[in-house]
Amino acid sequence: MFRKKPPPEEERRVRANDREYNEKFQYASNCIMTSKYNIITFLPVNLFEQFQEVANTYFLFLLILQLIPQISSLSWFTTIVPLALVLSITAVKDATDDYFRHKSDNQVNNRQSQVLINGSIQSEKWMNVRVGDIIKLENNQFVAADLLLLSSTEPHGLCYIETAELDGETNMKVRQSVSVTSELGNQNNLASFDGEVVCEPPNNKLDRFCGTLYWRDKKYTLTNQNMLLRGCVLRNTEACYGLVIFAGPDTKLMQNSGRTKFKRTSIDRLMNTLVLWIFGFLVCMGVILAVGNAVWEREVGSLFQSYLPWDPPVDNFLFSAFLSFWSYVIILNTVVPISLYVSVEVIRLGHSYFINWDQQMFCSQCNTAAEARTTTLNEELGQVEYIFSDKTGTLTQNIMSFNKCSINGQTYGEVADPLGPQPKRLDFTPFNPLADPDFCFYDDTLLESVKVGDSHTHEFFRLLSLCHTVMSEEKSEGELVYKAQSPDEGALVTAARNFGFVFRSRTPGTITTTEMGRPVTYTLLAILDFNNIRKRMSVIVRNPEGRIRLYCKGADTVLLERLNPSNQELMNITSDHLNEYAADGLRTLALAYRDLSEDNWESWSESHRCADKATNCREDRLAAAYEEIEQDMMLLGATAIEDKLQEGVPETIAVLSLANIKIWVLTGDKQETAVNIGYSCKMLTDDMTEVFIISGHTVQSVRQELRGARERMIELSKARDGGKQEGMEGWGEACFTSYGLREGQEGGDAGGKQLGCPPSSPPPPPPPPTPPPSYLMDSISGEFALVINGHSLAHALEADMEAEFVSTACACKAVICCRVTPLQKAQVVELIKKHKKAVTLAIGDGANDVSMIKSAHIGVGISGQEGIQAVLASDYSFSQFRFLQRLLLVHGRWSYLRMCRFLCYFFYKNFAFTMVHFWFGFFCGFSAQTVYDQYFITLYNIVYTSLPVLAMGIFDQDVPDQRSLEYPKLYEPGQLNLLFNKREFFICIAQGIYTSVVLFFVPCAVLSDATQSTGVPLADYQTFAVTTATALVIVVSVQIALDTGFWTVINHICVWGSLGCFFAIMIALHSQTLFRIFPNQFSFIGRAQITLLQPVVWLTIALATAICIVPVLAFRFLKVDLKPQLSDTVRYTQLVHQKKRKPVSRGVERGWRGTNSVSEGRLGARGGSRRSGYAFAHQEGFGELITSGKNMRLSSLALATFASRHSSSWIDTLRRKKHTHTPPSASGESSPAPSSVSGSAPPLSNSSSVLGGSQDTPIEEETGTATAQKSQTVLTPSAQTRPAPASDSEDPVSQTPCVGVLTATAVRAHGGDSPGGWTITLGTVQEALFGWRARAVTSNNQASPAKDINQMEANLGHE
Amino acid sequence: MVKQEKELANRPDNTAYTQQRLPAWQPMLSAGIIIPGFVIIGLAFIGIGVALFVTSQSIQVLELDYTGVEQTSPCFKCTDQTIKNCVCKLDFNIDKLFEGPVFFYYGLSNYFQNQRKYGVSKDDTQLSGDLDNFKTPSDTCLPYRYDSQGKPIVPCGAIANSMFNDTFKLFQIVKGVRKQVPFDGKGIAWWTDYNIKYRNPSVPVLKNAFNGTVKPISWPRPAYELDTSDPANNGFINQDFLVWMRRAALPDFRKLYRRITDGDYAKGLPAGNYSLEIAYNYPVLDFDGRKKVLLSNVSWMGGKNEFLGIAYLVIGSLCIVMSIVMLIVYAKFKFPEED
Repeated sequence: MFRKKPPPEEERRVRANDREYNEKFQYASNCIMTSKYNIITFLPVNLFEQFQEVANTYFLFLLILQLIPQISSLSWFTTIVPLALVLSITAVKDATDDYFRHKSDNQVNNRQSQVLINGSIQSEKWMNVRVGDIIKLENNQFVAADLLLLSSTEPHGLCYIETAELDGETNMKVRQSVSVTSELGNQNNLASFDGEVVCEPPNNKLDRFCGTLYWRDKKYTLTNQNMLLRGCVLRNTEACYGLVIFAGPDTKLMQNSGRTKFKRTSIDRLMNTLVLWIFGFLVCMGVILAVGNAVWEREVGSLFQSYLPWDPPVDNFLFSAFLSFWSYVIILNTVVPISLYVSVEVIRLGHSYFINWDQQMFCSQCNTAAEARTTTLNEELGQVEYIFSDKTGTLTQNIMSFNKCSINGQTYGEVADPLGPQPKRLDFTPFNPLADPDFCFYDDTLLESVKVGDSHTHEFFRLLSLCHTVMSEEKSEGELVYKAQSPDEGALVTAARNFGFVFRSRTPGTITTTEMGRPVTYTLLAILDFNNIRKRMSVIVRNPEGRIRLYCKGADTVLLERLNPSNQELMNITSDHLNEYAADGLRTLALAYRDLSEDNWESWSESHRCADKATNCREDRLAAAYEEIEQDMMLLGATAIEDKLQEGVPETIAVLSLANIKIWVLTGDKQETAVNIGYSCKMLTDDMTEVFIISGHTVQSVRQELRGARERMIELSKARDGGKQEGMEGWGEACFTSYGLREGQEGGDAGGKQLGCPPSSPPPPPPPPTPPPSYLMDSISGEFALVINGHSLAHALEADMEAEFVSTACACKAVICCRVTPLQKAQVVELIKKHKKAVTLAIGDGANDVSMIKSAHIGVGISGQEGIQAVLASDYSFSQFRFLQRLLLVHGRWSYLRMCRFLCYFFYKNFAFTMVHFWFGFFCGFSAQTVYDQYFITLYNIVYTSLPVLAMGIFDQDVPDQRSLEYPKLYEPGQLNLLFNKREFFICIAQGIYTSVVLFFVPCAVLSDATQSTGVPLADYQTFAVTTATALVIVVSVQIALDTGFWTVINHICVWGSLGCFFAIMIALHSQTLFRIFPNQFSFIGRAQITLLQPVVWLTIALATAICIVPVLAFRFLKVDLKPQLSDTVRYTQLVHQKKRKPVSRGVERGWRGTNSVSEGRLGARGGSRRSGYAFAHQEGFGELITSGKNMRLSSLALATFASRHSSSWIDTLRRKKHTHTPPSASGESSPAPSSVSGSAPPLSNSSSVLGGSQDTPIEEETGTATAQKSQTVLTPSAQTRPAPASDSEDPVSQTPCVGVLTATAVRAHGGDSPGGWTITLGTVQEALFGWRARAVTSNNQASPAKDINQMEANLGHE
Repeated sequence: MVKQEKELANRPDNTAYTQQRLPAWQPMLSAGIIIPGFVIIGLAFIGIGVALFVTSQSIQVLELDYTGVEQTSPCFKCTDQTIKNCVCKLDFNIDKLFEGPVFFYYGLSNYFQNQRKYGVSKDDTQLSGDLDNFKTPSDTCLPYRYDSQGKPIVPCGAIANSMFNDTFKLFQIVKGVRKQVPFDGKGIAWWTDYNIKYRNPSVPVLKNAFNGTVKPISWPRPAYELDTSDPANNGFINQDFLVWMRRAALPDFRKLYRRITDGDYAKGLPAGNYSLEIAYNYPVLDFDGRKKVLLSNVSWMGGKNEFLGIAYLVIGSLCIVMSIVMLIVYAKFKFPEED
């Protein structure tokens, strides 16, 4: 604790198996500590923290003032009792929180892990693991620290991990060890391993690691591909060994979690402002009274000295006034009641419990109740204007189901009547023992068709069982497990399996299936792999009979063009079916086959080999070769897959948008997937006026697209509104952002022509406009939606385009951002926070949502899923998206309402209480004489008036929960902040002051002349004090009774109890017993009893109450009558016409069947909004992986030899392909079967220099030569000509370094399907190039461009 | 949910409390309640107001200022503070019977008994008869804690020191003969004051308790000799002292001096001429104070109090007016019955 903090690390050196060496650096141990206190430090640290709160310090200051006798106008206990109460309540809460943190820390720290110590495996607690240790992980274990993967039980040192906790992705990822260490194998060898790793210091970048392994005088570059990060889970790998590089707080997981930002609600901020104002007000009052005191002392006090001489330190009226100022500060301090803050906390805690207890937010499937993890944000739930939602796992279940299909013009899978009885789920087991029991299908006609032996149906399912890249695993006979790269494909293969075409296993050259119970082995001749431009994949197989057939599945748009003309009729029918499916929000694929003759195959095979070996434009040539054979096909049918939404998502979104909440979907998924989900959850509809897609790659193009969208919006809404908008011409002004960039473009253009491969770019985009005046954008009518891509978003988030983006996006009803990185998610949220001053809520389930959850005002985590990162970072968690409507519309709304009513009343009651002293000041010589007894002052806030208002603040309801869901408009007052704002505050204050005037002057006027019936005057101070205090308590009780709209038993107990308490305590305090013990303290003896027996006193109290309350009643009645709020109406109708009325229709349906049937959506251009399933989540390159056999276990004998023949690691190939395009020479030789490297993008740069590090690093023996070659081949052209672009996915990365780092995760996370996600035009690629070039040139002072680019890549480097 | 759900460990309790479904009364400010409510309140207030006003009207009050600011005032001569034991006479007449019991008050104006420093300047422990505080009075009594010789002042503090010390005698002039109206000084203080709050020290001879102490500076006699006529009315339980010690809430106040309950005057003061003899000791002119005496009788609700009655009448009428306004508004902007 007292050790000096080591200087920040420059680099980290870790030597394996050498604790002594590593200890020199004092790296953090693997013990994590998220708790704040321990038993000893709790009190001082906690008190210190609490006194950092301005309010607490203020009360401490008051306490000190009160200890000065000359100033003290109140006893010390009037402040210390409430202060102590507040401090201890807060302390108890903090202590409880910390206790649970301790508990969870302990649990994590005490997990066992197997550490290799002195050559043997020993079990150690996680917290005892040190940097430099080698630990052994077994399948399904959590990774204990950030490890360098050394070796694994899998071939090639591979291991599979699931990174759900880190980035929210549930699909498996592959990690590979450096080959030298993977050979070490068992623990004996590892024990003697003494390599030293030099790497970057701890940081929070999940997707990046730069380091070098020095071992046996050789250097090996380490990348993220070699790392296993804490929080991951090992899957499908028996065991692996890793070297601890970062431990405990240094791990990327912990570095990412950080301390949660302390969130404050807008009410909190408003409250703080108001409290400051009240302080100002207090000072003003103090000054007024001090001036009064000065005048009084001069005019009267100085003359009154014969009876009351000045106290010794006071020798003139000015000094007296000075002291009087402070005295008044003390007695008027109750305008800022100390109990305010603690009461607010108590109310929020109550609301949090109600959220936790809500059964309707309990999910019985996952046995998870909703949880308010933060107790301080509840009322802000009632003010949300923007919701940012993740897609996968939040809106969708991430489960694909085979829902419908169309075979030879016959559609299957229609559910007859949604209202009718639930159709029976088909039972496949009697028909097919290999069926997957989890598979659901309801239409038995399809099964009949299979049983009957319809050839089309058989061919249909045969295609599904053959044309895919799924891997199977058969642990025991019949127990098949499919490992699919995309869930869509898995669903299709599973469907085929259940309908009797079971895919059993594959080798690089064969596919074995069981067709209708009969095993069949096909020879796999070629896989024509998927990519996003092709949007289809094919396999060419030879069946046992020797017939060669090509099976193809793909996006309908692509596939239907390539059919044999004889299919025209079937195509039309199928097309209709496809439209129907699309309208249901299903993802569709069209299936076709083509018979190939032996000659056909031979000739094509030859041309394909040629293309494969081509040295330049290989991709294009391969694509052309594929194109050549995927022609003239016969249509089989189409499939429809449902990306299952979470329960109730469309309804929830509908209700929320009726509540005027804007929903933005931020997803790492591809545009197509995101848009599809947008449609299926009804965020996007075909009735929308227009859906804009922003997918530009350069600043200019994005700007232009945004501008275009806005122009179009204004145009359309002008048309709708009959042209009442005017004056939008003004913002069309041109303005060039950067001439430098344009020059760069031209340079790049020239370079492009030199190379000649891609066509030159279109003319430079028109200059960007200045954002339109906001009033124009505010008045946009019509339903628009915006879809923006991650790379465009990167530009849109730049400082100079922010405003433009916000104004465009906020005019849209729905916004979908796809392909966004976690960081961008947060940036978008921040952007809205900054520009819209609106309350934002982010909801997500994965670790990739953590940043956005943390930056939004309110973060909601979906619990009950695998990862808990999001939940840990969140403020609220529950397990279903649909609970959001209840959280916001019911709990949030109530919380807001209650909090507002509470605050209004609270300020009111304290002003009513305190200002009486102010008026009294004018009658007591401004001497800071209090009106009330000091005990009353002490207890007023904490006993007499606290419980009724707390009960109201916790239990009040204006309308029942059902109504708030039925009338989402009820949510609007919260968004507009109508219930408590500065205006409302002033009204409360005014009412409070009015009450104080009444409470002072009415008793004053009455009592000055009043006597008891015995003739004894009642104008003495004590009677006055008791009368005023009683009147005050009664008036504020009546007021709270009026404010309480929902009188539960508890409210009754609190209101009546408080009144009773007041009288009981007053009588007790005025009793003889206490006086006998402390005669000095209880001078009010007997006062209450006598005073309260006087009828005059009661008449006074009644009068004062009437004067205070009658106007309020009248005002409220008139307000409800003249200007009823929706809640009043609902409440009224609820109460008065409880039976007669049916709830107003939610208008959901109306919303969807918009009157505007003109569908101009650009998406709709291709016939409805048919969305091809093939675009989704599919990964390119697995065809090659399969044909190379690298991912198959070595247990297969044939494979063993096969694998050894082909030297290059498939991972490298994959990697290369993902991020660069493989130089022909390298991959041409390494691909045994026709490889299906795809992409029509221009030839691309070598980013293997990024992958491989610097040239002098021997990466791995196998690829060493390839790398060298690559470096050469690519360096040369790029040096001469231009920095070649990476694959299209690389462009935005290169251009925007800040985003680059995280983009890579997205790329990787989504399975490296990068090219397809971003359908780009060559023009945009060109633009990207130029921008890049310009940057490189300007930033590197004309040094060799190629080198610069390498360097840049290295800097940006991901992987 | 007819289906029996499986009991799940994390399921929140299904109670009315946790599900926020507690039965509740939801009052609504509907016209049916508010308008009749206002009428009822209005009528009630008017009724009370009339009763109070009438009662108040029947109460007789006679107020006589004797500060002596005006030169014509008989007490003008006494305003010169050099004159000791100045006595002035104030003549007045009563037209009709001043119904008894009559209470005799003295009143002070612009006198700040409610000043904070003044109010704290006493020692309640001392006044409850604690002998320790005779020797060392509480420091709240400053600057009337010790005299210049350092002897403790008992009773200490500014309130005690400034005790009102004018005395009054009332005579009825019956056919030129002055007939003293008997005053009753018993029970003019609050019962709790002379029974509980203020106590003389429990010593056999009261005077002994005051050994070693000095009387308050402005007092002519020590505390144990406040009432020479009644030995039981001395020390801290002297009624005049107690009346003075009970601070007034406002700078213009009156305190009960005596009751007129005995003898011929038990039924009240008959019409006639009266003469008030004032021993003028208490200076108030320095600070623009005023001194007066009041004669008053009381009703069931105490002394004359016109404000209360009028206020009730005004509020009652306003309620009625408001109810009419609300009725009009309600009729005009009727709450939407149907959506």
